[in-house]
Amino acid sequence: MTAPVIIFFVLAALAVLAAVSLILQQHPIHSALSLIVVMVSLAGLYLLMGAEFVAAVQIIVYGGAVMVLFVFVIMLLNAGLEERTNFSKLATFGGIPLALALGGIIAAAIAKSSGHLPPPAASGAMSSTKQLSMLLFSEFVYPFELTSFLILVAILGAIVLAQREN
Amino acid sequence: MVPTNYYLILSAILFGLGVLAFVFKRNIITIFMAIELMLNAVNLTFVAFSQALGKPDGEVFVLFVIVVAAAEAAVGLGIIILTARNRRSLNVERVDLLKL
Repeated sequence: MTAPVIIFFVLAALAVLAAVSLILQQHPIHSALSLIVVMVSLAGLYLLMGAEFVAAVQIIVYGGAVMVLFVFVIMLLNAGLEERTNFSKLATFGGIPLALALGGIIAAAIAKSSGHLPPPAASGAMSSTKQLSMLLFSEFVYPFELTSFLILVAILGAIVLAQREN
Repeated sequence: MVPTNYYLILSAILFGLGVLAFVFKRNIITIFMAIELMLNAVNLTFVAFSQALGKPDGEVFVLFVIVVAAAEAAVGLGIIILTARNRRSLNVERVDLLKL
Protein backbone atom coordinates (compact mmCIF):
# COMPACT_ATOMS: atom_id res chain seq x y z
CA MET A 1 0.00 0.00 0.00
CA THR A 2 1.34 3.36 -0.98
CA ALA A 3 1.13 6.49 1.14
CA PRO A 4 -1.91 8.06 -0.65
CA VAL A 5 -3.94 4.88 -0.14
CA ILE A 6 -3.09 4.82 3.58
CA ILE A 7 -4.03 8.49 3.93
CA PHE A 8 -7.27 7.77 2.06
CA PHE A 9 -8.21 4.97 4.43
CA VAL A 10 -7.43 7.04 7.53
CA LEU A 11 -9.54 9.98 6.29
CA ALA A 12 -12.33 7.71 5.03
CA ALA A 13 -12.52 5.87 8.37
CA LEU A 14 -12.63 9.22 10.17
CA ALA A 15 -15.46 10.45 7.91
CA VAL A 16 -17.53 7.28 8.27
CA LEU A 17 -17.04 7.12 12.06
CA ALA A 18 -18.06 10.77 12.41
CA ALA A 19 -21.13 10.19 10.21
CA VAL A 20 -22.13 7.22 12.40
CA SER A 21 -21.57 9.42 15.44
CA LEU A 22 -23.91 12.04 13.88
CA ILE A 23 -26.66 9.42 13.89
CA LEU A 24 -25.97 8.00 17.34
CA GLN A 25 -25.60 11.27 19.25
CA GLN A 26 -28.73 12.39 21.05
CA HIS A 27 -27.79 16.03 21.46
CA PRO A 28 -27.87 18.26 18.32
CA ILE A 29 -24.65 20.06 19.26
CA HIS A 30 -22.77 16.74 19.32
CA SER A 31 -24.22 15.89 15.91
CA ALA A 32 -23.08 19.28 14.60
CA LEU A 33 -19.53 18.71 15.88
CA SER A 34 -19.51 15.25 14.26
CA LEU A 35 -20.59 16.83 10.96
CA ILE A 36 -17.67 19.27 11.20
CA VAL A 37 -15.29 16.28 11.48
CA VAL A 38 -16.89 14.74 8.37
CA MET A 39 -16.44 17.98 6.43
CA VAL A 40 -12.81 18.45 7.46
CA SER A 41 -11.89 14.88 6.54
CA LEU A 42 -13.63 15.35 3.17
CA ALA A 43 -11.54 18.48 2.68
CA GLY A 44 -8.47 16.32 3.34
CA LEU A 45 -9.67 13.89 0.67
CA TYR A 46 -10.08 16.76 -1.81
CA LEU A 47 -6.49 17.79 -1.08
CA LEU A 48 -5.43 14.18 -1.69
CA MET A 49 -7.14 14.34 -5.08
CA GLY A 50 -5.32 17.55 -5.95
CA ALA A 51 -8.38 19.83 -5.75
CA GLU A 52 -6.89 22.45 -3.46
CA PHE A 53 -9.41 25.21 -4.17
CA VAL A 54 -12.40 22.98 -3.46
CA ALA A 55 -10.72 21.83 -0.23
CA ALA A 56 -10.23 25.43 0.89
CA VAL A 57 -13.83 26.36 0.00
CA GLN A 58 -15.07 23.24 1.79
CA ILE A 59 -13.34 24.30 5.01
CA ILE A 60 -14.20 28.01 4.78
CA VAL A 61 -17.83 27.78 3.59
CA TYR A 62 -18.97 24.43 4.99
CA GLY A 63 -16.78 23.95 8.03
CA GLY A 64 -16.81 27.66 8.78
CA ALA A 65 -19.90 29.55 7.67
CA VAL A 66 -22.62 26.90 7.40
CA MET A 67 -21.68 25.03 10.56
CA VAL A 68 -21.37 28.26 12.55
CA LEU A 69 -24.92 29.02 11.40
CA PHE A 70 -26.04 25.59 12.61
CA VAL A 71 -24.31 25.90 15.97
CA PHE A 72 -25.70 29.42 16.37
CA VAL A 73 -29.26 28.23 15.73
CA ILE A 74 -28.82 25.32 18.16
CA MET A 75 -27.62 27.81 20.77
CA LEU A 76 -30.37 30.31 19.96
CA LEU A 77 -33.17 27.76 20.23
CA ASN A 78 -31.57 26.13 23.26
CA ALA A 79 -32.03 22.74 21.63
CA GLY A 80 -31.89 19.99 24.20
CA LEU A 81 -31.87 16.22 24.06
CA GLU A 82 -33.88 14.64 21.30
CA GLU A 83 -37.22 13.37 22.53
CA ARG A 84 -38.13 9.92 21.36
CA THR A 85 -41.52 9.66 19.71
CA ASN A 86 -42.93 6.79 17.74
CA PHE A 87 -45.54 8.38 15.56
CA SER A 88 -44.00 7.13 12.34
CA LYS A 89 -44.31 3.40 11.73
CA LEU A 90 -42.47 3.73 8.41
CA ALA A 91 -39.31 5.00 10.09
CA THR A 92 -39.41 2.25 12.73
CA PHE A 93 -39.73 -0.69 10.38
CA GLY A 94 -38.71 0.68 7.00
CA GLY A 95 -35.74 2.86 7.85
CA ILE A 96 -32.88 0.36 8.04
CA PRO A 97 -34.07 -1.89 5.15
CA LEU A 98 -34.70 1.09 2.87
CA ALA A 99 -31.34 2.68 3.64
CA LEU A 100 -29.57 -0.65 3.15
CA ALA A 101 -31.44 -1.20 -0.13
CA LEU A 102 -30.39 2.24 -1.34
CA GLY A 103 -26.77 1.58 -0.34
CA GLY A 104 -26.94 -1.82 -2.10
CA ILE A 105 -28.30 -0.29 -5.31
CA ILE A 106 -25.57 2.35 -5.35
CA ALA A 107 -22.86 -0.24 -4.57
CA ALA A 108 -24.17 -2.52 -7.34
CA ALA A 109 -24.12 0.37 -9.81
CA ILE A 110 -20.53 1.17 -8.84
CA ALA A 111 -19.47 -2.48 -9.07
CA LYS A 112 -21.11 -2.83 -12.50
CA SER A 113 -19.54 0.28 -13.94
CA SER A 114 -16.09 -0.10 -12.38
CA GLY A 115 -14.65 -1.67 -15.54
CA HIS A 116 -15.49 1.41 -17.59
CA LEU A 117 -13.76 3.91 -15.35
CA PRO A 118 -10.54 5.34 -16.74
CA PRO A 119 -7.52 5.19 -14.43
CA PRO A 120 -7.15 8.36 -12.35
CA ALA A 121 -5.12 11.11 -13.94
CA ALA A 122 -1.84 12.09 -12.37
CA SER A 123 -2.33 14.32 -9.34
CA GLY A 124 -1.98 18.03 -9.96
CA ALA A 125 -2.06 17.59 -13.71
CA MET A 126 -5.72 18.36 -14.09
CA SER A 127 -6.98 20.99 -11.74
CA SER A 128 -4.89 23.93 -10.84
CA THR A 129 -6.96 26.74 -9.41
CA LYS A 130 -6.12 28.72 -12.55
CA GLN A 131 -7.76 26.16 -14.83
CA LEU A 132 -10.77 26.05 -12.55
CA SER A 133 -11.22 29.82 -12.61
CA MET A 134 -10.76 29.96 -16.40
CA LEU A 135 -13.59 27.46 -16.77
CA LEU A 136 -15.77 29.16 -14.16
CA PHE A 137 -15.53 32.58 -15.80
CA SER A 138 -15.80 31.46 -19.42
CA GLU A 139 -18.04 28.46 -19.92
CA PHE A 140 -19.97 28.66 -16.66
CA VAL A 141 -20.22 32.44 -16.37
CA TYR A 142 -24.03 32.60 -16.69
CA PRO A 143 -24.69 30.00 -13.96
CA PHE A 144 -22.09 31.83 -11.87
CA GLU A 145 -23.99 35.12 -12.24
CA LEU A 146 -27.27 33.34 -11.50
CA THR A 147 -25.90 32.09 -8.18
CA SER A 148 -25.51 35.71 -7.09
CA PHE A 149 -29.26 36.18 -7.63
CA LEU A 150 -29.87 32.97 -5.72
CA ILE A 151 -27.87 34.25 -2.77
CA LEU A 152 -29.68 37.60 -2.89
CA VAL A 153 -33.07 35.86 -2.84
CA ALA A 154 -31.89 33.59 -0.02
CA ILE A 155 -30.80 36.59 2.06
CA LEU A 156 -34.15 38.32 1.50
CA GLY A 157 -36.01 35.10 2.29
CA ALA A 158 -34.07 34.54 5.50
CA ILE A 159 -34.73 38.11 6.66
CA VAL A 160 -38.46 37.92 5.84
CA LEU A 161 -38.78 34.54 7.59
CA ALA A 162 -36.84 35.40 10.71
CA GLN A 163 -38.26 38.86 11.48
CA ARG A 164 -40.75 39.01 14.26
CA GLU A 165 -44.27 39.89 13.17
CA ASN A 166 -45.87 42.87 14.83
CA MET B 1 -2.85 6.94 -6.73
CA VAL B 2 -6.07 5.96 -5.01
CA PRO B 3 -8.50 4.18 -7.39
CA THR B 4 -11.63 6.16 -8.24
CA ASN B 5 -13.80 3.29 -7.03
CA TYR B 6 -12.66 3.81 -3.43
CA TYR B 7 -13.96 7.37 -3.49
CA LEU B 8 -17.27 6.30 -5.03
CA ILE B 9 -17.79 3.59 -2.41
CA LEU B 10 -16.98 6.02 0.42
CA SER B 11 -19.41 8.48 -1.12
CA ALA B 12 -22.13 5.80 -1.28
CA ILE B 13 -21.54 4.88 2.38
CA LEU B 14 -21.75 8.53 3.47
CA PHE B 15 -24.91 9.08 1.41
CA GLY B 16 -26.50 5.96 2.93
CA LEU B 17 -25.63 7.18 6.42
CA GLY B 18 -27.18 10.53 5.53
CA VAL B 19 -30.40 8.81 4.46
CA LEU B 20 -30.37 6.78 7.67
CA ALA B 21 -30.00 9.93 9.75
CA PHE B 22 -32.72 11.66 7.73
CA VAL B 23 -35.18 8.84 8.38
CA PHE B 24 -34.32 8.16 12.01
CA LYS B 25 -33.68 11.51 13.61
CA ARG B 26 -36.54 13.46 15.17
CA ASN B 27 -34.81 16.77 15.75
CA ILE B 28 -35.42 19.13 12.84
CA ILE B 29 -31.89 20.61 13.06
CA THR B 30 -30.28 17.16 12.94
CA ILE B 31 -32.40 16.25 9.91
CA PHE B 32 -31.13 19.38 8.22
CA MET B 33 -27.57 18.29 9.03
CA ALA B 34 -28.32 14.91 7.42
CA ILE B 35 -29.20 16.75 4.20
CA GLU B 36 -25.84 18.55 4.36
CA LEU B 37 -24.12 15.18 4.83
CA MET B 38 -25.80 13.84 1.68
CA LEU B 39 -24.76 16.95 -0.28
CA ASN B 40 -21.18 16.41 0.88
CA ALA B 41 -21.27 12.79 -0.29
CA VAL B 42 -22.41 13.93 -3.74
CA ASN B 43 -19.63 16.54 -3.83
CA LEU B 44 -17.09 13.79 -3.19
CA THR B 45 -18.45 11.91 -6.23
CA PHE B 46 -18.16 15.04 -8.38
CA VAL B 47 -14.53 15.62 -7.42
CA ALA B 48 -13.66 11.92 -7.82
CA PHE B 49 -15.05 11.84 -11.36
CA SER B 50 -13.40 15.16 -12.12
CA GLN B 51 -10.09 13.60 -11.16
CA ALA B 52 -10.79 10.37 -13.02
CA LEU B 53 -11.68 12.15 -16.27
CA GLY B 54 -8.95 14.76 -15.92
CA LYS B 55 -11.37 17.67 -16.38
CA PRO B 56 -12.07 20.42 -13.83
CA ASP B 57 -15.78 20.67 -14.81
CA GLY B 58 -16.84 18.56 -11.84
CA GLU B 59 -15.11 20.91 -9.42
CA VAL B 60 -17.07 23.86 -10.86
CA PHE B 61 -20.26 21.95 -10.10
CA VAL B 62 -19.02 21.36 -6.56
CA LEU B 63 -18.67 25.12 -6.14
CA PHE B 64 -22.27 25.58 -7.33
CA VAL B 65 -23.48 22.86 -4.96
CA ILE B 66 -21.71 24.59 -2.06
CA VAL B 67 -23.34 27.93 -2.97
CA VAL B 68 -26.79 26.34 -3.15
CA ALA B 69 -26.18 24.53 0.14
CA ALA B 70 -25.22 27.79 1.83
CA ALA B 71 -28.37 29.52 0.51
CA GLU B 72 -30.43 26.51 1.57
CA ALA B 73 -28.94 26.59 5.06
CA ALA B 74 -29.79 30.29 5.45
CA VAL B 75 -33.43 29.88 4.37
CA GLY B 76 -33.87 26.50 6.08
CA LEU B 77 -32.58 27.70 9.42
CA GLY B 78 -34.87 30.73 9.13
CA ILE B 79 -37.81 28.36 8.69
CA ILE B 80 -36.57 26.27 11.64
CA ILE B 81 -36.45 29.35 13.89
CA LEU B 82 -39.97 30.30 12.79
CA THR B 83 -41.28 26.79 13.40
CA ALA B 84 -39.61 26.52 16.78
CA ARG B 85 -41.08 29.87 17.79
CA ASN B 86 -44.60 28.90 16.77
CA ARG B 87 -44.62 25.28 17.94
CA ARG B 88 -42.33 25.51 20.97
CA SER B 89 -40.76 22.23 19.85
CA LEU B 90 -38.01 21.04 17.53
CA ASN B 91 -39.59 17.64 16.99
CA VAL B 92 -40.67 17.11 13.38
CA GLU B 93 -43.50 14.85 14.49
CA ARG B 94 -45.16 17.84 16.12
CA VAL B 95 -45.01 19.94 12.95
CA ASP B 96 -48.08 18.43 11.31
CA LEU B 97 -50.10 21.42 10.12
CA LEU B 98 -50.47 20.02 6.60
CA LYS B 99 -51.17 16.46 7.75
CA LEU B 100 -54.58 15.06 6.78
